Order: sequence, then structure tokens, then C-alpha cells
Amino acid sequence: MIDYTPSEMMIVTAARALVGVRTVFVGVGLPNSACNLARRTVAPELELIYESGVYGARPARMPLSIGDPTLISGALSICSMADLFGLYLQGGRVEVAFLGGAQIDRFGNLNTTIIGDWEHPKVRLPGSGGACDIAINAQRVFVIMRLRRRAFVERLDFITSPGHLGGNGERVTLGLPGSGPQVVTTDRCVFHFDEETGEMVLSSLHPGAELAGVRGEVGWALKVAPDLRETEPPTEEELCLLRERLDPEGLYR
Amino acid sequence: MADKLMSMSDAIATYIHDEDAVAIEGFTACICFAAAHEIIRQGRRDLTLCRMTPDLVYDQMVAAGCVRKLIFSYLGNPGVGSLHAIRRAVEKGIPAPLELEEYSHFGMVGRYLAGAYRLPFFPLRSYIGSDLPKVNPHIRFVENPYGGYGKPPYGDGSIAVVPPLNPDVAIIHAQRADRDGNTQLWGLLGVQKEAAFAARRVIVVVEEVVEETVIRSDPNRTAIPGLVVSAVVHEPYGAHPSYVQGCYDRDNEFYLRWDKISRDEAATRAWLDEWVHGVQDRAEYVAQMGQGTWERLQPGQARAGPVNYGVYR
Repeated sequence: MIDYTPSEMMIVTAARALVGVRTVFVGVGLPNSACNLARRTVAPELELIYESGVYGARPARMPLSIGDPTLISGALSICSMADLFGLYLQGGRVEVAFLGGAQIDRFGNLNTTIIGDWEHPKVRLPGSGGACDIAINAQRVFVIMRLRRRAFVERLDFITSPGHLGGNGERVTLGLPGSGPQVVTTDRCVFHFDEETGEMVLSSLHPGAELAGVRGEVGWALKVAPDLRETEPPTEEELCLLRERLDPEGLYR
Repeated sequence: MADKLMSMSDAIATYIHDEDAVAIEGFTACICFAAAHEIIRQGRRDLTLCRMTPDLVYDQMVAAGCVRKLIFSYLGNPGVGSLHAIRRAVEKGIPAPLELEEYSHFGMVGRYLAGAYRLPFFPLRSYIGSDLPKVNPHIRFVENPYGGYGKPPYGDGSIAVVPPLNPDVAIIHAQRADRDGNTQLWGLLGVQKEAAFAARRVIVVVEEVVEETVIRSDPNRTAIPGLVVSAVVHEPYGAHPSYVQGCYDRDNEFYLRWDKISRDEAATRAWLDEWVHGVQDRAEYVAQMGQGTWERLQPGQARAGPVNYGVYR
């Protein structure tokens, strides 16, 4: 059996979810590794879009920020942020977007703004960036974040980016263009969302993860898919690409 | 052609006043730290700072006590973590309380666009279902006057709007300009053009001052015309520790180091004393950083092929 880290498991699982996708809105860190891995494995047609105004990036090194100059050299197009958010995102050209957050609830709503009260914050987080716009306009949202009790909460302190809101089709009622979060990839398991209710459902456990342990990290009564599976561990090829080509310095390992 | 070339110190003294709304733009790239440091040195107070990503540049200005309010969309040290000086101001009121007005990225882009187009508002498909409008009364919803058809992709009625943003001053860093301020930039374009057209006064800061003929040889690359520019400042390495495409890389070591420095109020003050108050201008900062820094940040060459504009007589 091959040794791998929880982060590598997350990256590989997130990459596989991109099978057949053409355009992905990438974040720095784990999503960046996942998207670059997917382009070399399950989604050879994949074009990487970065909110800084980059379409079709071919980063030659691990980008250290969303606007790293390695994303510009060799890209298909560089545009203003007005064009990126107006023509690409709101124009409906983004198939999948990766998001994460400090808190997520059972409907995939995300908080990246504040812990505590907005007027009197305990912790001031970065805020929306493009996340709110992305959550509303991307065709599908894939969430990637570590499974922690303080992050998977019954009630968000602040909704920065709407997921399925209160569930039961509220996105559709409100006329949001994108279909919202589809999958949540964590370091221990994968969740999908019930098509009717919009509620998060545990769909697979990574090798070694226990159902009880996952439940213990989730702040609500977790629903479990009847066909709960074990996630396929990373293959040698995936790990080799990650370690030797994409992140040789191990920044996100 | 007017000659608007002046020193940074003269440009800041002439065009930036206490209580101004100032936008030092540039998304990750081309962030004019040189101008920010001169504003700190000249002791400007009660500024309203506008910027999509306040970045280290506004963290330093907040720590230096220049700022009353921030208008922004992402308050982080990009790729590293928090902006600790700003957090200290927001969470603890040190050195002074800081008012926040926050948007999403598209909301900030929309504000600059409305400002530049002289529109009363900019509509965008965002904010529905988000708590942002609850903490920012400037984000509002209007009914689509052409509404009622309820069909995708346009929705059936309500759409978010944001008001115009017209900063008193925009400061734009770029690769090159002529002495009139016709400015060419490449790499990330951010909201540089929109912010410049929205602002009442524009200071352009460049790595290289070139002849007008250089600008005219490649007009597609001119983002900002001299028409809207008040001052041109020649300041090599003026965007360090951020980067300028093709000129120097981001000094990521510094971004990581700032994370440690800025956690401590005294260390932050000591850094400002040494690297801002302790130097006379950017040239001295560049000299003190030392040649090793600039060699470390020097990128390799990747030249674009020339295009033919044609001669039409």
C-alpha cells in the first residue's frame, strides 16, 4: 500500500470530480493542485480560470497567490476583472468553481467573513473576495475544506456565499443562476447534496475514516447515503504527478 | 504633450490631502507601495482607502495611523493568511478604530465601473441570499424594469445594485508611460483602468518613462490615456514587495515575514520606522534592500512576438 497524506487524498478526490469538465474557477492552495492534477488525468480539456483575470493558465510553478505571475506567462487570455466577472463568470462560462470557508452548514452555505457578530467581531476573516459572486453564478460549486467540528456548524455566524440557503429549492425560487454546491471534499470523507432537500449527505469515507468519527466532526444530525462507499485511495500515478510535477516543494502536502 | 513628470514626494504633496478617498489599485500585481510609504511619511490622516484587496499596502497604512475607513472586498495577505494590523484595528481599535465597508469582488468592480461610466449604479447578479447586504446598506436591490418574464438566465425581478465609487485620487503602478501619462501595462489588469477613469485625480507610477513614439507603436497596450492623468512618477521597484510582470517577481519571503512582523504592534512600528520613516524616498529603500534582493526577484525572459499594425497613408 502506498503512503499518502490527508491533503493528498483531498486533492486527488477533488481532481477526480472534475472528470470531463471544460472550465474551472480555481483557488490558490488545494484547489490549484486539484485542478492542475485533473488537467493531467481525468480532464485533459480543462481550462483554468483565476479571478485575477486569467483564462487558460498553464502555471510553470506552484502559484503562491491567486495573482502569481506564473499564471500569466503562457495563458490563453488575460483580461480585466470587469471582463472576468462579467463575461466569464456572470456570462455563465464557468462550469465548476472551487470554494472553501471557515464555516459551512448542512446546505453548503459558506462563511468567510466573520466569527462572532459583524459589528463586534471575535475574528475578522478576509471576507467574500469573489466567493459570493462565484457561489451565485458558477454552474456548479465544489467545496474543498478540512472536516473540523468548528467548521461544520449547525448555524453560520454569517452567510458570505449562498449554498442551497434553507434548502428545498430555495436557490431556484430566488432565481440564482448557478445550481450551487454539488460536492464537499474533506480530508476524511466526501459529501454530496440531496437533490430534493439540498442537504449534505455523507457519500464516501476515505480509507481509515470511521462513520462515528465523521459524525463527531459535524455539528448537526448528519444524513448518510444508503450506499455509503469507501473512497478510492490515490494511485501511484496521481501521487507521482503531485509530488514530482505539481508541488515538488510540498507546499500543500 | 504636457510634461507631468514629478517626484513622488511632490506628487503626494500636491494631489493627496487629509480625508481624501484614495485608491491604490493593482490586483496582487503592480501595487504601489512606494506611494503608500510616501503618504505615511507625509503624515496624511483620516483617509478613506479603497481597494479590492487591501493587501500589505493598506495593512501598513492602517498601522501607521493614516486611515479612517476601508472600502474593500478581500481582507487577506494573499496566499499567506490574515492582515494583522487591520485585524488589530477592527477587533481592538489599535491604533484607532477602523470603519469597514465591504463588498464582493464583482461589487467593487461594479462600483468602479459605475464611477467611471458616471452611472448612478451598477447592476450585478450577486448578493441574493448573502448576509453582505445586511451589513452594507449601500448594496441594494431594484426591480428589473424589463422584468416579469421570469425566464433564465435573467431571473424575474430583483437585481442587486452598487453605487458608483469616485475616489479623489487613484494611484496606478505600471510598466511604462510617457511624460504625459499615457500608460501601458501588461500582465494582470485588475481594475486599474476603471479606477483611473473613476477617480478625480490620477497619479501614475512607472518602472520606465518612455517616449511618446513607444506608446504610439503599440496603442492596444495603453490602458490609461494621459487625458485622465495628473502626475507621472518614475519609481523603479516602486511596487515591491508586490510584483510587476516581466520586471520583478513578488517578494514572497517578505509577504511571509510581514505575517510575523504584523502580529506584533511594536515590531510593526519598528518596521515602519526602519523602512518607511527611516528612508528618504524609494531610491533609498531600493538601495537598502540591496542588490541581492533584486537579483533574487529577477524573472527570466518570455517575450511576446511583435504584431503588425500596418502603415496606412
